[in-house]
Amino acid sequence: MSTDAPSQTRGTTTGGGAGKGSKGGPGLAGAESADRREVTQGRWAYTLLTPTLILLAVVIVYPIINAIIMSFQKDAGLDPATGFFVQGGFAGADNYVHWLLQQCNGQACPPGTLGSQFWNAMGTTFFFTIITVILETILGFWMAVIMARAFKGRSLIRAAVLVPWAIPTAVTAKLFFFMFAFDGIINQLFGTQILWTGSEGPARWAIIISDVWKTTPFMALLILAGLQLIPDEVYEAAKVDGASAWQRFTQITLPLVRPALMVAILFRTLDVLRMYDLPAIMTGGANNTTTLSILVVQQVRQGLNGASALSTITFLVIFLVAFIFVRFLGANAVESAAPKKK
Amino acid sequence: MSNAVSTASATTRRRAFSWAPARTYLQAAVILVWCLAPFYWMIVTAFRDVGFTFDPTPFFTHVTFDNFRTVFDESLGNHFAQNLLNSLIVAGITTVISLVVGVFAAYALARLKFRFKELVLGFILGASMFPAVALITPLFQFFTGIGWMGTYQALIIPSISFSLPLAVYTLTSFFREMPWELEEAARIDGCTQGQAFRKVILPLAAPATFTTAILTFIGAWNEFLIASQLSVDSTKTVTVAIASFAGAQPHQEPYTAVMAAGTVVTIPLVILVLVFQRKIVAGLTAGAVK
Repeated sequence: MSTDAPSQTRGTTTGGGAGKGSKGGPGLAGAESADRREVTQGRWAYTLLTPTLILLAVVIVYPIINAIIMSFQKDAGLDPATGFFVQGGFAGADNYVHWLLQQCNGQACPPGTLGSQFWNAMGTTFFFTIITVILETILGFWMAVIMARAFKGRSLIRAAVLVPWAIPTAVTAKLFFFMFAFDGIINQLFGTQILWTGSEGPARWAIIISDVWKTTPFMALLILAGLQLIPDEVYEAAKVDGASAWQRFTQITLPLVRPALMVAILFRTLDVLRMYDLPAIMTGGANNTTTLSILVVQQVRQGLNGASALSTITFLVIFLVAFIFVRFLGANAVESAAPKKK
Repeated sequence: MSNAVSTASATTRRRAFSWAPARTYLQAAVILVWCLAPFYWMIVTAFRDVGFTFDPTPFFTHVTFDNFRTVFDESLGNHFAQNLLNSLIVAGITTVISLVVGVFAAYALARLKFRFKELVLGFILGASMFPAVALITPLFQFFTGIGWMGTYQALIIPSISFSLPLAVYTLTSFFREMPWELEEAARIDGCTQGQAFRKVILPLAAPATFTTAILTFIGAWNEFLIASQLSVDSTKTVTVAIASFAGAQPHQEPYTAVMAAGTVVTIPLVILVLVFQRKIVAGLTAGAVK
């Protein structure tokens, strides 16, 4: 028991089967007892995990599978060929063809229908995602750098940035809808007469500004936490070596904060890709602000199976983006969630 | 988690940037105004007479409590007290279930060795990034089928799908930082693993659990998409109610009343957040940066 106690301390509980050589070890006495212990621990671990895994299976896995099954079925409705009301039945890939190729009953979906909006919604979603994440990264980094400095009232700033984060998105949407009103404070402050939520360009920017206001603090805090992990000796040494402030930033701060930054960007990207509340409340999806999530909700009222196909596509898009981030950009949230330091 | 680190960095940073404290204060002031101005504007408007809705004066002028009365006015079709209660029930039960279930999983993930740990962790993390819209259609059909539309469980169950992964993830990062040597000591003194868990670990885990509870509650309280689709009038939560508020004048956006409603919904959260600021920052950043 006590022989391998050190391996029990938190530092070395490296997850998974990574490098443990658990099965058929080289026959060392210590390895064998560790083996037996691992089996008991494994059983105990799975006992503890069972409720969570069952619950997640019920609330996530079952709905996903169900949505996928539904997405291959026809919505009940009038058959255009016969004029009779028919129950759904197997639809093959029809629902997917409907969205991806914007085909309605074998021809291009007429403008105005939901089917004709798919690629538009996809473009809007990515437009929001790219602009918002870029703005948030820059602003969040700036805020984090300021908050990392020592000055009187620093804790006040750290508390203040939590306020936008704590406000429910629905309230944020209403608040900015009010501020962006034609007679609202923003037009008055800047002496403009912009129909913010009533015309395409401004509506998109109103939504982006609201989202940046609400979620930059989250980004800033994640980056701040990353900044605080950089030992000060590194900066001291660089200064002794004569590195300028800019060099210190690009050569030390950026590379060392990169893991935290990438995780923050990953979280935010996936969040904006499923954005619903802000555009749904501020514009209702009008003026080219329909995101994929809004399109799904609009489709729900017209047919659940079509909506299932669309939500499955949305899910796959988000999954793909997450995969690209983790695989190619090194935003390994799982790895950073597992302890690395020895 | 970072007290030692931040004080250490504080001293050096002070030296490093002492040439420009004024610039730091100026930038800090910009951040402060940027974060608080809209929130302040909401409160000012909430207390403003409806005739002065768009008055740009940045102070409390034409103060009235009428907007709060409108918000709770049943004769206008608003059921805000009921909405608040609904949110409290849904977010509260979601939080309790997620924590009770999640704490065991987090303990296992942080503390125990077992096969496929990375896989389980990846699954839970992936679940927390799952898009809510993908749940709507199957749950809509399922809840309609078993007659659950209009019940609280129809809102609580999907809510758990977001809060449970987040709770497990946050708790796991917290638990890694805990002094597990104490548990080891208890085991050597003759406690069983279960006893050590109950008598040593749970008390140690209480602060982390409390922090996670705040984060989970805020997350569940703020949920909108699922609630807007799966709630009926009697189970409508506050966020949904705010999005569809009726004012005293028909066909007119009741801005001041909506700001009042927003204030009612937000003030408790903001107080909670300001009181537990340090814990919340620790909770938000736990795991993401290690």
